[in-house]
Amino acid sequence: MTKTQPGTAPSASPTDAPLLSVQDLTVEFSTAAGVARALRNVSFDVRAGETLAVLGESGCGKSTIAQSIMALLPKPAGSIVGGKILYGGRDLAAERIPAVRELCGTEIAMIFQDPLSSLNPVFRVGAQLAEPFRRRLGMGRREAWAKSLELLKRVGIPDAETRIRDYPHQFSGGQRQRIMIAMALALKPKLLIADEPTTALDVTIQKQVLSLLADLQAETGMAMILISHDLGVVADVATRAAIMYAGRIVETGAVRDMYDHPAHPYTKGLLESIPSQTSIGGRLKPIVGSPPNLLDLPSGCAFNPRCPFATDLCREQVPALRTPTTWPAGHEAACHLSEEVLTHA
Amino acid sequence: MLGYVIRRLVLAVFVLWGVATAVFAIVRLVPADPALLIAGSDASPEQLATLREKMGLDESIIVQYGKFLGGAMTGDFGDSFQQRVPAMDLIAQVLPNTALLAVLACALALVLSFPLGLLASLRVNGLVDRIVTTGSLFTQALPNFWIGVVLLLVFSRKLKWLPSVGLDSPKNLILPTIVLALPFVSVLTRMIRNGLLEVMGEGYIQTARAKGLLERTVIFPHAIRNAAIPVVTIVGLQFGTLLGGAAVTETVFTFPGIGRLLVLSLQGRDYNVAQACVLVIAAVFVLINLVVDLTYGFLDPRVRLAK
Amino acid sequence: MTATAPAPAPAVNATMRHARRARRGVTVRIVVPLVVIGLIVVGAIVVPLVYHYDPLHADLLARLKPPGTVTSDGGTAILGTDQIGSDLFAQIMAGARVSLLVGVATLVISGVVGLALGLLAGHFGGWLDAALMRIADVQLAFPSILLAILVASVLGQGVGNIIIVLSISNWVVFARVARSQVLGLKNREYVEAARALGAGNWHLMFRTLLPGCMAPVIVVATTQFAQVILTEASLSFLGVGVPLGTPSLGSTIYNGTQYLSTAWWISTLPGIVLVILMLAFGILGDALRDKFDPRLRSA
Repeated sequence: MTKTQPGTAPSASPTDAPLLSVQDLTVEFSTAAGVARALRNVSFDVRAGETLAVLGESGCGKSTIAQSIMALLPKPAGSIVGGKILYGGRDLAAERIPAVRELCGTEIAMIFQDPLSSLNPVFRVGAQLAEPFRRRLGMGRREAWAKSLELLKRVGIPDAETRIRDYPHQFSGGQRQRIMIAMALALKPKLLIADEPTTALDVTIQKQVLSLLADLQAETGMAMILISHDLGVVADVATRAAIMYAGRIVETGAVRDMYDHPAHPYTKGLLESIPSQTSIGGRLKPIVGSPPNLLDLPSGCAFNPRCPFATDLCREQVPALRTPTTWPAGHEAACHLSEEVLTHA
Repeated sequence: MLGYVIRRLVLAVFVLWGVATAVFAIVRLVPADPALLIAGSDASPEQLATLREKMGLDESIIVQYGKFLGGAMTGDFGDSFQQRVPAMDLIAQVLPNTALLAVLACALALVLSFPLGLLASLRVNGLVDRIVTTGSLFTQALPNFWIGVVLLLVFSRKLKWLPSVGLDSPKNLILPTIVLALPFVSVLTRMIRNGLLEVMGEGYIQTARAKGLLERTVIFPHAIRNAAIPVVTIVGLQFGTLLGGAAVTETVFTFPGIGRLLVLSLQGRDYNVAQACVLVIAAVFVLINLVVDLTYGFLDPRVRLAK
Repeated sequence: MTATAPAPAPAVNATMRHARRARRGVTVRIVVPLVVIGLIVVGAIVVPLVYHYDPLHADLLARLKPPGTVTSDGGTAILGTDQIGSDLFAQIMAGARVSLLVGVATLVISGVVGLALGLLAGHFGGWLDAALMRIADVQLAFPSILLAILVASVLGQGVGNIIIVLSISNWVVFARVARSQVLGLKNREYVEAARALGAGNWHLMFRTLLPGCMAPVIVVATTQFAQVILTEASLSFLGVGVPLGTPSLGSTIYNGTQYLSTAWWISTLPGIVLVILMLAFGILGDALRDKFDPRLRSA
């Protein structure tokens, strides 16, 4: 793998420097059945104000990226065994957990998939919202409460003055996720990691929550990593996307480029299995086979058993991320046969 | 919440009625004639007959049962056969002692088990965890009367640090409290350890960490408050075991409590007092579990606010 | 690719080793308690015979002798003698015999009754289930040792009575476990299949559902055994257990409390045997639970 990052322009002026740069990140989980490598040499950059989508099937390592950045890897099973997570001149992968947590909330914040289990059931939402202000900024009770109310209103909870005294189970799923968003944005972080923020919600609510996120992003200028398994969800929100398979990034580039011209057979397969992409009455084309077992990956490219293009080379050699020949820079795929995949479309 | 309280109250009354009926039925099985026990073996048949009449023993079993239940509700269990005073008076003398002992034992158990359980859960298979796990296995295998006797032997007979019997000074409370608290500590510690381990895997703990809170704040209050909910239930249930254990422990230390009163009255075949003791203990136990159930509602808003 | 990957092979081996060690741990935790229990059973049967132990025989010259004393008939009282000159070792083993007898009898009676009632309640449901479970609720909502003390003193002392008392307070546990197990199994395909093949209630309960209840019942029986032995000792200690003249660990410990200052061994040594028995059954119960059904693990 080359040292150049996907989409990194050679002229790196200070304003153009990435906010977060993940380089060669490798994470392992030890389980009773053996050691699973959840992430393998994952590299990407996030610049201020932009939205990077990280896409893939469940179990491909998307959430592990978020956990690694926030020092939330389950201990002692999970550990970072290689690579760097550079933020503000510091390598978070090498820092001690409490040092990373200092940045959590104020610099980098996170929202989770299931807003019900993510909110503490025994405390009023007001108290949970006020916590960042009180514990991190040392505000008084009254002042923090006022700030919390302001946040609740901002994320569109109706009747916020009374609802602030309610408990999480008294809110609807969409409202809970709004509360989570309010809590994450309380201390005006520069980067928000949203781990499947809409997966647990109804389709109509999904759109509302995403547009709320987009609005807030425009308002604050924060960067966002949007983790999802749903290509449709991120299409309108994200500028760039990284597709993951079996712990590796297999394709990365501008969302539009990738959706129109997938250079990896897996991306192509994912796009073809979205219902809206198929004309009504047409048949969906599912990806054959099942997701790989991280404890027992096939040799060569991990996707080769499910890949219609696979050759002997694919079964022997792991492909590195590269820009397909005669293709503009910034769009890369980890496939030996990208050129063929592109023309096939 | 109101429906919840009413359901609990109904169950409590049902349990008390069940215990009262069981106690009544059991005591009717006594082969000995209570009148004979009171009057003594040299009483004339006429004396016995009048005494039977006075005690209501000549009435049908249904009437006796009705009177017994009526009396139980007003706290009237009849007179002690031996001491010729109302059974409730005897209980009133000793109940505060047992209550003091039980509360001390509970407090000691809570004070010890929270830090132990917390430390054990922070490092699974660490030193504290191993000590706690092995220790609780051992303490649960210790018969409370035997450990009482051993402590008595070591601390009051051999070392002469503590008094052995009665309740003349606060020092008398030390050994019984320890004996009663021991099994409680091991159950609670394991409970808190396992509860915390479970809670620490929950989503809201991740959220709390993602907010950048100190690990100390993540545990207290976020984790502890949730882990405490099942612990409260166990405290209530264990309180029953504690009251049962008091009968044995109080006998070992000749401690003037309700448990010893029960044992003495049974040995003396003083069934009015024994009945009263059992029912009073049952009532206290049911009451505590009622309070626990209601506390549960207070600790867990999902229960409190359920319709 | 930069060289950041440590060889995964040793880590895999370590995990496998850990799993293997855990499995071996369970076996050890089953075998060792079984051996200890076996030794005590053999001792309880043989020792009183070898010593010609007679609980009513008093030898006032040999009273309160410390462990290791050589007695007048040339033997050695390895655990000393009690307040009437009985050999303590023989007495403890005779007491263990009573404990084990009471434990086995109680488990058989309460196990059979509880299992049958639990099966009936779970299988038929309805008013029978409701009634049985309410009785169980009342009984569980009340410290069982108090009930035992009351019933034992009313029935009078006697080994048979103790077994009855303990059975009364123990059937609930078995009934509960059997019932919940039946409720879980009821809708499994193999039970449905038996029903569809025309199996009657009797066949369903005893041929189809009962085998599925056995693993948890055995686990519970092991832990209950320890509880039963402890309760018997407590009752005997309180003087409402075995009759005078029947040796019991509980009554021996009680007798020793009168001589704590002069003869510490009378109270302490039988307790140690009791603790060993309790520990063995406790560890065995935990290990069986881990082996049969890790889901049964609770606080």
